[in-house]
Amino acid sequence: MKVGLAHLGVVAYIFASSALVFAFPQSVLAFLSFEASLLVIYHASVDQTTKLCLGAIVLLVLLPVLGSVNGYYLEIAIQVGIFVALALGLNIVVGFVGLLNLGFVAFYAIGAYLWAIFGSPQANHFIPGNLFPLSSAWFFPFLLLSVGVGALTGALLGLPVLRLRGDYLAVVTLGFAEVVRALVNNFDKPINITNGPKGITPIEKPPLFFQPLLEFFGLRVDPSVLYPFYFYFIVLFIVILTVLVAQRLEESRIGRAWKAIREDEIAAASMGIPVVRMKLLGLAVGASFASAVGVLFAAKQVFINPESFTFMESIGVLAMVILGGMGSIPGAILGATGVTILNLQLLKGLSLWLNTVRQAGVVLSIPLLGDFNLSQIPAQFEPAKYERMVFGLILILMMMFRPQGVLPPRQKRGH
Amino acid sequence: MALLELRGISKRFGGLQALNRVDLTVEDGMIAALIGPNGAGKTTLFHTLTGIYRPDEGEIRFIGRSLVGLKPDKITGAGISRTFQNIRLFARMTVLENILVGMHCRMSTSLWGILLQSRGVHRQEKEAARKAMELVELAGLRGKENEWAHQLSYGEQRRLEIARALAATPKVLLLDEPTAGMNTSEAQSLMMLFKDLIGRYVQALLLIEHNMRVVMGISHRVYVLDYGEKIAEGHPDEVRRDLRVIEAYLGRGTWVGDAQS
Repeated sequence: MKVGLAHLGVVAYIFASSALVFAFPQSVLAFLSFEASLLVIYHASVDQTTKLCLGAIVLLVLLPVLGSVNGYYLEIAIQVGIFVALALGLNIVVGFVGLLNLGFVAFYAIGAYLWAIFGSPQANHFIPGNLFPLSSAWFFPFLLLSVGVGALTGALLGLPVLRLRGDYLAVVTLGFAEVVRALVNNFDKPINITNGPKGITPIEKPPLFFQPLLEFFGLRVDPSVLYPFYFYFIVLFIVILTVLVAQRLEESRIGRAWKAIREDEIAAASMGIPVVRMKLLGLAVGASFASAVGVLFAAKQVFINPESFTFMESIGVLAMVILGGMGSIPGAILGATGVTILNLQLLKGLSLWLNTVRQAGVVLSIPLLGDFNLSQIPAQFEPAKYERMVFGLILILMMMFRPQGVLPPRQKRGH
Repeated sequence: MALLELRGISKRFGGLQALNRVDLTVEDGMIAALIGPNGAGKTTLFHTLTGIYRPDEGEIRFIGRSLVGLKPDKITGAGISRTFQNIRLFARMTVLENILVGMHCRMSTSLWGILLQSRGVHRQEKEAARKAMELVELAGLRGKENEWAHQLSYGEQRRLEIARALAATPKVLLLDEPTAGMNTSEAQSLMMLFKDLIGRYVQALLLIEHNMRVVMGISHRVYVLDYGEKIAEGHPDEVRRDLRVIEAYLGRGTWVGDAQS
């Protein structure tokens, strides 16, 4: 393997940006430049193995280390991971099979409530014997179970709507998500299954099965310090798994069948593709991703209620897929990462900065207009209050100037 | 031996009798042509044959089994594939992927095999890619296998559609106006290609043509449809002289003098 300038450049960038975060743990810009290192790795002209190794170093070593400097970064990474897995799932349904799904969050809710009900005392309300909460050891079996439950509900939703396309299907999926939310909201009587709008808490966290091992090595770590790292690695594991599944499916006859259905259903059927089966499979796989992440979300939040699963969440994930580039796995990852960082860091960071500027009473002198004291800006003009507006503007501009998304599907070289 | 046999196929759309008791036979090694004026029901017959429509009456038999009521993908699986009058490629897929889609029903990789990347999946994918490249070559699209289908020129798209249909390894290939929009010499060279397909890639061809002259040279039997009814069948020379065929194409009123010569 030849080590070229590109290799050195990438490594230098990663090193420099991590050093920046170390030096300025509170700086949003420093962390952004570190996050960008993954993009740099993706686009660098180095071979696949090097990319994988560098990516592994960043995600497995550097990010957790930086997380110990500023714990908020781990929280961001976990959120990003959750949305990446969601976007990858929706990308299969919308991007590959071409079924516009406006109610994707329903499957996320199903997964979350699955663990929330049985991983908390909630299930005692309708199952006698005081068996609940299940011990945290059940978290991983439930993660597996949620994949099955998600796939099943995804396929069940598919059955009645298979003949629908485009706008009609979109309306049905929208209705489905609202039905799920209404059910969750109202199933506190006559039998209390979901505890209604009050939500469910406390939900069991994943088991710390490795704690005896740590103690064996003489490390006594407080679980509350350990959990963010633990969740980060679980999310990372799920994301890697979903990327692998999505990628392998895309390059198989199943993925090709999905895209053929997206492009022309009649031609696809005439070329020997069982359209109904393939659509159901696509819906099931997408839903299973969302449902698995839902279980993790419930365990991480400890408390969930129906408010976490509104229509806006579905639209948010859809926007990630569209911004990134429909039908493209790197696109879905980038879209989810970008939008989450925008929401959690950029806009909040900007508003914080403007706030300090305002309170400092900086005076701007604009030619012709005269002096302008920033402290006179009313509090209503905080950028954080306009999060959605900025987000909407980005969507409008993207659709006008780059409708195919940031990283649209590429023509792959043949075998 | 009759590969494909249609007996008394009828199809109505509301008050319109699109097909009326049509009989048609395609035999092994044969190039059969289906001709007729616009709106005669040629494409409807193809749609009925490939399972997009279900016939109201009649029987379709293919190597001894009935195809009536089967879904399009099952009919392709049984060994009949087709092209479309208005090209229906998968636009945002590459040339190679388009052809690979055609092989879907000839591959048997399962969901689990794909997720675990089993050895069988690797072998099948490699084999499929090799065969697909062969068909790329046949369609004269070498070097363009990684381009999006919608980037191809019109003629290339027509040929890609034929290659895609061949990828399903059909016994009978149905071609719906394959020469539409081509000039006579292009059409003639395509017809020569079709002749070569028989025995090598398919056992028989059934093609719809609008232009009578193109099919006369290569077809063994011609069926003529008009207003959903079969008005003539037989050897091209017989059909050409058939009074009802001439009427259907030219109309009775405009026919003056000795048009048969």
